[in-house]
Amino acid sequence: MSTPDWAVEAHGLVKVFGDNRAVDGIDLFVRTGSVYGLLGPNGAGKTTAIRMLATLLRPDGGSGRIFGHDVVREAHIVRQLIGVTGQYASVDETLSARENLYLFSRLNGLSRTESRARSVALLEEFGLTDAAKRPLKNFSGGMRRRLDLAASLISQPPLIFLDEPTTGLDPRTRAQMWATIRRLVASGSTILLTTQYLDEADQLADRIAVIDRGVVVAEGTADELKATIGNSSLQLVLADPAHLAQAQAVVEQILHVNAAVSPEARRINAPMTSPDTVTDLLIRLRGEGIAVTELSVQKPTLDEVFLTLTGRPATAEDAETPQRELEGSFT
Amino acid sequence: MSQVSQIAIIPGAERKLRNRVSIGQAIRDSFIMGYRGLLKIRRTPEQLFDVTLQPIIFTLLFTYIFGGAISGDVQSYLPIIIPGILAQTVLASSSATGTQLREDMDKGVFDRFKSLPIARIAPLAGALLADTVRYFIATTLTFAMGFLLGYRPGGGVAGVLAAGALMIVCAWALSWIFAFLGVISRTASSVQGLSLLILLPLTFLSNAFVPVKTMPDWLQWLVNVNPVTHLITAVRDLADKNVVGTDLGLALLGAAILVAVFAPLTVRLYMRKA
Repeated sequence: MSTPDWAVEAHGLVKVFGDNRAVDGIDLFVRTGSVYGLLGPNGAGKTTAIRMLATLLRPDGGSGRIFGHDVVREAHIVRQLIGVTGQYASVDETLSARENLYLFSRLNGLSRTESRARSVALLEEFGLTDAAKRPLKNFSGGMRRRLDLAASLISQPPLIFLDEPTTGLDPRTRAQMWATIRRLVASGSTILLTTQYLDEADQLADRIAVIDRGVVVAEGTADELKATIGNSSLQLVLADPAHLAQAQAVVEQILHVNAAVSPEARRINAPMTSPDTVTDLLIRLRGEGIAVTELSVQKPTLDEVFLTLTGRPATAEDAETPQRELEGSFT
Repeated sequence: MSQVSQIAIIPGAERKLRNRVSIGQAIRDSFIMGYRGLLKIRRTPEQLFDVTLQPIIFTLLFTYIFGGAISGDVQSYLPIIIPGILAQTVLASSSATGTQLREDMDKGVFDRFKSLPIARIAPLAGALLADTVRYFIATTLTFAMGFLLGYRPGGGVAGVLAAGALMIVCAWALSWIFAFLGVISRTASSVQGLSLLILLPLTFLSNAFVPVKTMPDWLQWLVNVNPVTHLITAVRDLADKNVVGTDLGLALLGAAILVAVFAPLTVRLYMRKA
């Protein structure tokens, strides 16, 4: 039997689509009452992993347990314990917000009176009362997400899956979403969320698993991860592209890390543990006669996390969408 | 926003967990999904165009265009054409089941249904249930149009009600074919195309508009094996004379066979995808 305080346990989860191993043996352990973040670029397998644990997809290999209940054999029990908020709002577009919540309440086994009361309360809770009767076609992205989350909370589930809860939201709406998620945690929920934003995982999650090409490449608390990838990221633009290789060697020597070179932009990127080392670096560069036109130190982006963890950038070759949003450090 | 009670959780240990769905719950869930279908109709009334405009326009068109040529005058053509139009519109409206099911399954809301502890069959059963309302509307409107044009069926109210009920039952049976197409097809438009391929021969190769005697022998044979012909004859018998004949039996037999073949097939494929 499993330890009772695991909300989610996954052993070697595998999902294959054609010849694409979308999820290739993922192990996950999420403690009850914690927030767990799956961090990775598009197409890394985050959504597929979550869909298997939420009983929406059947695993091709491995096993998953939710509060000790198998996601395949006891799927119906698992569905009584979870709330799922999808990447694309899983609500009925043709109906109003109130009708959506009423229907999902009824399907959750509430009586007509209870369903009406619960819908009103949730609309209030998520600031949707004014828009309750309008059809969803006129809803903004943020309103849709809020309604979606409200629908996931009808049964007051002890475990909530949030698949990219803030992707595509403007900064203000994102901050509101974060506040809501924090309130959920305060009420005792366990949350498993996926995100493309390093910052989001950092802000919300107690533990983070970094996923790339269907496997977990790193796992730990936000602080543990940061220790491995560096607290900040250095960006250097050179005056003369001929100095690129030489400058890269200097950076790697002083910062003791791999540096990424973008020749077209005459740019070098590297993670760094302490901004103090910039001084040493600049002195060495001047000594070697390498002119620098631009220098900045930022929080690391997801791209740099991948560079550090996998030794290569988070390439888009196996992603669904070619361009990727990499705004990890800005909110 | 400070109201914590609504988002408070109920831990697993305090829940009564069951891994089975009772028959009672399956029926309840199906009716809730049926209610969802009705709500959708209310929100998008254009969904009802086929079952409202078609009975009105087709009845007018066919009656006045063919009436004189086939029966000598409009009045004596009505007992032939009204059951014919009825069959055509109601059966055609059953094809919407497939397209709507496909569209629904492609939407995000279907994920939500799959993640809820409801009977797996409920979204399918609910869709089929809600569509009977459409058949009812089409049936009522066609008879009402006929009545306006002077159609006075001899079977009286009882005969007309029985004929309408028969029509709705058969349309529901036929909708299983379209539900099947909806489940196996990849896009809603391909469902629509296939549905038309089935509907056209089924409704036109029948006695819906023209007496069978006027057709060539080989065609007569085809028309007479078409269950829709028997359905239309049964509707005419019921409406005109309130008589139950062999055609009624044949029509119901055809409906039963359709359901017996396509219901288990559709449900099995649907459950695999759901």
